[in-house]
Formats: sequence, C-alpha cells, structure tokens
Amino acid sequence: MDRIPILRMGKCLLVTIQVDMEDQTALALQDDLSSKIAATGASGVLIDISALEIVDSFIGRMLASISAIARVLGAATVVVGMQPAVAITLVELGLALEGVRTALNVERGMAILAVSSEDARGEPGA
Amino acid sequence: MSLTAKSLADVLDRVDRDEILREWMQELAQTGSKSQSSAPTARAEASDLLIAVTTAIRSGAEPSQFELSIWSATREILETISSSRAAQGASSAETSQFVLALKRPLFSQVQGLMKDIDPSHLGELIWSCSMLVDKMAQWTVTTYQQSREAIIGRQQEELLELSTPVIKLWEGILAVPMIGTLDSSRTQLVMESLLQRIVETGSELAIIDITGVPTVDTLVAQHLLKTVAAIRLMGADCIVSGVRPQIAQTIVQLGIDLEGIVTKATLADALSLALKKVGYTFTRTKP
Repeated sequence: MDRIPILRMGKCLLVTIQVDMEDQTALALQDDLSSKIAATGASGVLIDISALEIVDSFIGRMLASISAIARVLGAATVVVGMQPAVAITLVELGLALEGVRTALNVERGMAILAVSSEDARGEPGA
Repeated sequence: MSLTAKSLADVLDRVDRDEILREWMQELAQTGSKSQSSAPTARAEASDLLIAVTTAIRSGAEPSQFELSIWSATREILETISSSRAAQGASSAETSQFVLALKRPLFSQVQGLMKDIDPSHLGELIWSCSMLVDKMAQWTVTTYQQSREAIIGRQQEELLELSTPVIKLWEGILAVPMIGTLDSSRTQLVMESLLQRIVETGSELAIIDITGVPTVDTLVAQHLLKTVAAIRLMGADCIVSGVRPQIAQTIVQLGIDLEGIVTKATLADALSLALKKVGYTFTRTKP
C-alpha cells in the first residue's frame, strides 16, 4: 500500500497527494498525520490535492476529518489546489467541507498558515 | 423488349422523363406554396431524385423495402432536400408536398401506357407506384424532423455558451453576468467555466451578477449556493451582486437561507468590496 509522505517545513507540515487516494491510503494518512503533528508540534498543515482527480464521499469526509483532527491538535489546516471537477463533485455529494480552509495554490495556502500562526502567537494561551 | 409492362421498372423505362418533370413542376406550382425554393432549383432536385429512383428500380429495388441499401442514393437526395427545406424554414407539409406532387404525373404516365399493360398486373403496378411515392414522402418528413431537431439542439447549445461569459474585472477578480433563468444545466455550465477560469487566472474572488435573472426561487437559490460552495472549495471567495429590491423581498418571504453568501445590490458595490478584499485602495483626485 502506498503511504503519502508528510514533509516538514519549519512549523508547517506539507502533504502532497500525488496518487488517487484509496480508502486505506486515506486512513493511513490520517493516522500518520495526527502522530506527526503531535510529535513535531506543528502549527499548520497544508494538504495539496492539485493532482487528485477523483474523489468519492469517503475521501471528501476524510479531508474534513483530517482537518478537524489537526485543529484539535492545535494546527491550522489548509487544503489547496482543488480541481474544478473535484469541487463540483464534492458539492454534488453534499460535502461543502464547511470547517476546512481552502486556497488556490500552495503559495497562498502558506500565506494563510503564516498569518494564522502569527495570530496564534499573538494571543497568549491560544 | 416486351410490349407488356408488368412492373414499375418497365413503366419507368418507357416514360418520358421530361414530361414527368414538367407535370411535376406544374403540380407543385398549383399546390402553390410560397416558400418553396426557386423553380430551377426545384427542377434540378426533382430531376436528381427521378434519376436516382429510376436507377434504383432498374436494379431491382422494391418500394416496400425502402430502408435497404439499394435505395441509399434516393434517400440521400431526399435528406438533402429536407434539410435544405428545414434550414429555409419550410413547414413539414410543404416539404412532403414536393415529393407527393410526383404521384399525379406518375399515375398519368401509367394511364398513358394502359393499353400496353397486362390487366392482371395493373393493380399491383398502381400499388407499387403509390407505395413508392408514399415511402419517399415518409422518409422526407422523417429526415425533415431530424434536421429540425438538430437545428434546435445546436441553437440551444449556442444559447448556453452565449449566456455564460466569464469576465476578468481586475487582477484577481472575475465576474459572471447571469442572464436568463437559472436551471441546473445552466448552473452546471456556469460553474464549470467559472471554476476553470479561476484556476487559469489564479483569481481569488468571483462576482456572480444576477441582475439578468428574472426570478429567484428556492431552486435557483440552491443552485447559487452550490456554485458558491464549489468556489469556496477551490480556495476562492464569492460575492453575489445584482439583487433587485423585489428579489430581496421574495428571498426573505420564501425563507431562503443565503447565509454564508455575501450579497450586494449592484455590481459596483460588489466590485468595490472585492477590490478592498484583494487589497486595493482608491482615492478620488477630483472633488
């Protein structure tokens, strides 16, 4: 089974999904990512899905739950580079991913994470 | 060559083709439809058709089996005729009349050859004459209908494409002026072209202007919500503009929940908000 690599960039974790996700891959990613956040104390997670062309309801739900888990562990999550077809599919499936932050590309996603980590530092105890 | 004509092929061998054509044209003129194509064109079409029919009959084709490949030349001519009529806007009656007008000249030719015709074959002969013309007329109407449907389909597509332009208003700001009723296929098309342009231009804001949408009901609102959700998933933001006072009232009275959508009354308001969000500030230099 393929495992999706998780790269560390400063205070952020970078996940680039390059293969079509299977259910097992997504579950493994959820496990790996949560333990990595806990281990590194990362403040932000960036998931790049620009190469992802096929989604189903399970993968859509996994994206939502991964970002919810990251939030619980104190890391902001941004999903970047969603393809138009994927966006339309998710909307038609009724998965608007309400709690997930999105950005057009990695650059903008990093900018969002930088701002949110600054905010977190500005508020003591946050 | 035997003197007795037993079949349609024998009749067609003996008839004067020019005579038939002349009578055919006369018959057409008498039925007097105005929008028929000009006389020389009609004559040329009639002549082509007659030659094709004669050739097919001579090679042993049966009128009752009009769908066989032996009739393909005839069918092609009929298809050309009906599609050109359909493009000109002629009615189906006028189009089939062109073929049906052949019946009388054909019958009068048969009558002219009456003394050479074996009486025992007369009934069958007249039947196959009639069948031939009827089959041809039927085929004409069928293909006429098909070409009309093709025209309608093409126009529908063109209308869809025409009505969904995606405009770049500013660096990073796109706009879609929606015109006409928002049904699911329109929404789908708008969504696709808008999302595609967002990816191409890297725009982070899209304005959907609904000034040209006559009514907003629950279904239209749902389509709008879907589009906004898809835009948000891509990582861009969306503003809906052009909400007229009456539409605002309807939305509230219907209890439609547009929460999560930024709405503005005019495109100008939406653009100024969008520019502010993207980070531009403007000052007026003249008082």
